[in-house]
Amino acid sequence: MATIYIDGRAVEARNGENLLQACLEAGTDLPYFCWHPELGSVGACRQCAVKQFQNADDKRGRIVMACMTPATEGAIISVDDPEAKEFRGEVVEWLMTNHPHDCPVCEEGGECHLQDMTVMTGHRERRFKFDKRTHKNQDLGPLVKHEMNRCIACYRCVRFYRDYAGGEDLGVFAQHNNVYFGRYESGTLESTFSGNLVEVCPTGVFTDKPFSKVYSRKWDMRGAPSVCQHCSVGCNTILNERAGKVRRTLNRYNEDVNRYFLCDRGRYGNGFVNAPSRLRSAGYVMDGQMTPVPVAQALEQFAAFAKDGPIVGIGSGRASIESNYALRRFVGADNFSTGWAEPLHGAVTRAVDILRTTSARVMPLHEMESADCVLVLGEDVAATAPRLSLALFQTRRTACNKLADKNRLPHWLDAPVRTLGSDLKAPIHVVTPAPTDMDVSATQALRALPDDIARLGFAIANRIDGAAPAVSDLTEEETARATALADALLVAEKPVIVSGTQYASTALLDAAANIAAALVTQGKAAGLTLVLPEANSFGVATMGGLSLDAVCERAQAGQVGTLVVMEADLTRQLDASAFDTLVRSVRHLVVIDHSVTPTAERGELVVPATAFSECGGTMISMEGRAQRFLQVVYPEAPLQVSWRWVRDFAHASGHEGVLDWETLDQAVAATAAGVPAFARIVEAAPKADYELEGEHIRSQTHRVSGRTAIRANISVRDIPPPTSPDTPLKSDMEGTYTTDMPATLIPFYQVPGWNSVQSLNKFQQEIGGELRGGDVGVRVIGERGTAGYAGVAPARMALRENEVLLLPEYRAFGTGETSMWSDPIKARATEAVIRVGGDAPVARVSIQIGAEVFDVPAVNDPALPLGVALCPPHMVARSYEAPCWVTLRTISAEAAA
Amino acid sequence: MPDVIDADLVETILDMAHHDVLPRGACIEAMKIVQDRYGWICDRHLKQIADLLGMSLADIDGVATYYNLIFRQPVGENVIMLCDSVSCWVMGTDGVREKLCRKLGVKMGQTTEDGKFTLLPIVCLGHCDHAPAMLINKEIYGPVRPEDIDGIIEAHREKTS
Repeated sequence: MATIYIDGRAVEARNGENLLQACLEAGTDLPYFCWHPELGSVGACRQCAVKQFQNADDKRGRIVMACMTPATEGAIISVDDPEAKEFRGEVVEWLMTNHPHDCPVCEEGGECHLQDMTVMTGHRERRFKFDKRTHKNQDLGPLVKHEMNRCIACYRCVRFYRDYAGGEDLGVFAQHNNVYFGRYESGTLESTFSGNLVEVCPTGVFTDKPFSKVYSRKWDMRGAPSVCQHCSVGCNTILNERAGKVRRTLNRYNEDVNRYFLCDRGRYGNGFVNAPSRLRSAGYVMDGQMTPVPVAQALEQFAAFAKDGPIVGIGSGRASIESNYALRRFVGADNFSTGWAEPLHGAVTRAVDILRTTSARVMPLHEMESADCVLVLGEDVAATAPRLSLALFQTRRTACNKLADKNRLPHWLDAPVRTLGSDLKAPIHVVTPAPTDMDVSATQALRALPDDIARLGFAIANRIDGAAPAVSDLTEEETARATALADALLVAEKPVIVSGTQYASTALLDAAANIAAALVTQGKAAGLTLVLPEANSFGVATMGGLSLDAVCERAQAGQVGTLVVMEADLTRQLDASAFDTLVRSVRHLVVIDHSVTPTAERGELVVPATAFSECGGTMISMEGRAQRFLQVVYPEAPLQVSWRWVRDFAHASGHEGVLDWETLDQAVAATAAGVPAFARIVEAAPKADYELEGEHIRSQTHRVSGRTAIRANISVRDIPPPTSPDTPLKSDMEGTYTTDMPATLIPFYQVPGWNSVQSLNKFQQEIGGELRGGDVGVRVIGERGTAGYAGVAPARMALRENEVLLLPEYRAFGTGETSMWSDPIKARATEAVIRVGGDAPVARVSIQIGAEVFDVPAVNDPALPLGVALCPPHMVARSYEAPCWVTLRTISAEAAA
Repeated sequence: MPDVIDADLVETILDMAHHDVLPRGACIEAMKIVQDRYGWICDRHLKQIADLLGMSLADIDGVATYYNLIFRQPVGENVIMLCDSVSCWVMGTDGVREKLCRKLGVKMGQTTEDGKFTLLPIVCLGHCDHAPAMLINKEIYGPVRPEDIDGIIEAHREKTS
């Protein structure tokens, strides 16, 4: 720690930080634009000028840019110095010369960093009397809107997009007053992280396009802390609501996980909660017709069904653990299914088992950023867990930082540090069957078939530690690859192994676990990460249950009276005939879901569940982090959270006493008590009775407008604000709100004078560090397990002559379930195309998966071996998800023409 | 203007790329030699250079548009660049500009109909001791008086006819 003096006040500054960070951490309001806590300093905007004095006798001092000056011991600076103040005021005035002053029609208005800084510096009168330069805007696709005239040329957008996220298609053009940030030509931004531009841009150049259609000012919206539902990473988000509709998703800072950025699937995938695909009333099939029925009648029906034999429940990785546990408790552990068919069921179960017991550290995203060697084994992380790939990409920056240390440069001095490492590749080794988006930035990208990757993994583990299971009959090439990769991992201090369930291969997971375990035996601080299929797969797999195949068997044996499917679409797991057989062989199919899925369409009784924006619950991410999401919408009956439906079903069918939960707190406590592994989930967030300073925390800003007027078309009577027993947040603007409220309850970021997302600085103990309100989420796994080596290397994968090995090609946009009910993601998804190995040009293929034949557009991919094809899961055959052998007939380009 | 860059230039560009630490380091020089041959950098050529050097279009066009001596639009056979910085303004560049515009029948930034001349403003040419300064192709003029313009223009017109 260094002591520095800000306007005569002695404050502690961290070693190696800059004066801007030190000032902000000391609570001083120092304006800035180009500096970003995650992107460092470039000194481009000249806004954070302060006066620095040589010593106590120096009365004149000199103006320095706080962001470019290290906070050294004894530094004396003045923020309030009249000259420094005038300087900052003039910088804003000059930045504003070309700004259109269109705040009333600008979507950034009210949460604009430029507005805040302009007010902060006191600039209010325009002296510049010449024409403003104007730009033409571009169409940047369905996610981001472009309005270049508002630009103040801080360069944050390209620094995020290109340097931080590795994007190629956003650039900066021209010079001087004409500087232009955009694409070479209009077109969709290619990066999976383009939505972050909305938050990174300090003004309204890049704004949220889907939000624009349902726009509301920041101060008019309710906020609530939430957890992303679109992959297993578990990014923290803030949902904004007005008039009963979710309007947008923002990043919520979690020091260990997503920090400042989200992927576009997370930011734009939540539209499903407002989509027409939502189920809004209970329905019962009468005379072959689905008929809306009142809740009481639905429950009566269920009671009647329950008399017809055993009830089997199917849970889901997209439902909270409370809902899953409720279902399991109601039907009994022996009658509860995870909702995954084999081989996925086995793979997820194995993956979670590994994560819970591995001797390596299951690392949070932020920890992986500082790895010095990453081995990605058979998982297209950029598609299955995009935010993880962004974290892994930061290993390149870590390598740059090491060079910076050698050259005694502080890490925040962005431009020189980046230049030092400009010829560095990220220390990532990708081994996958098909090209991935990570290949470009990786040190090397190797291609092999899933089983061969597993063999390679086993061989690497064996090279690192002879006690690990060996692989017989390795080819020379395999040996060379294994040796090289083992050596790369062994010279690293902090190697990280990344794999996942994409290829549903337990051998692959075992291989990854063995490498990590072998590295631990060599004294390495090794990390392991396994990507899981859904947001709460970890929770469901920990609870455990039958595979879907086992449920099908039981059903065919006539042992299932009623099948209760909760928040799952079985048609994504079972092919058409298997699903049909299952539905026909159970006496009753009951579906609890928030959307009308093909499974719900076959249900005899269907009840509407809340989406994650309308209820509270706990999800467990792939690193075993239990995180609570809270409701932002107060839904109208009959919508209720799945566990309440299960409870009502239990009561209706005479199972009183099994499930007597009234509130989320009771549900959480019962789940924690019922599943020993989940004992800590009660700590994931404060209970509903939580009060700070004697009051609940409010979820609306104090200046929210239209409380009565908003429903004046219905009635002018004042109605009380909605309440819910499940959330500690108060639904209206009355209540407390401080920067040190519990981190898991932060409904929005705003402090006086700081209305943009930049106000986050005020919520952190130190910039980029822990939140004042403490931890976000709790880990339900211990620091380190004791598991040894497991599994055996599979035989080499032999390609077949008459069949093609079809591998799942996941996509960031398109293969997700709920995100594809969201219009922006649907617009971003491209057509399903089969990629066929080999050099011969292909136009279409006719492909037989199971009993069904699909005629699909196709292209050939010379990077794939002959006899292999890639197919996006769920986009061609609805249920297709795991590698399988298929017959495939190609229609060449010439024949198609 | 050919669709693709001549093979000898491609070879030179690749050679430069090999000799740089990173291939993209050769991009300015590559654009300069392409412009020397064809007069300006068209979209097709820009794409080709980008591909040769492994750069994205946004990246290379950012470089191209940054430099005011790299032309992304067609220019005349002679490019006249008139300094618009402060020394030249003090010394009467306004009169020279008026005369030039009248003589050529174009406004600043335009090319004459016969394609002989393009008139562009430029920042300081470092010729302040001879202000007002003007650059035509690679020849520097200064101090330029309005009455010198006719002679200078005609001389260049003859040279390129």
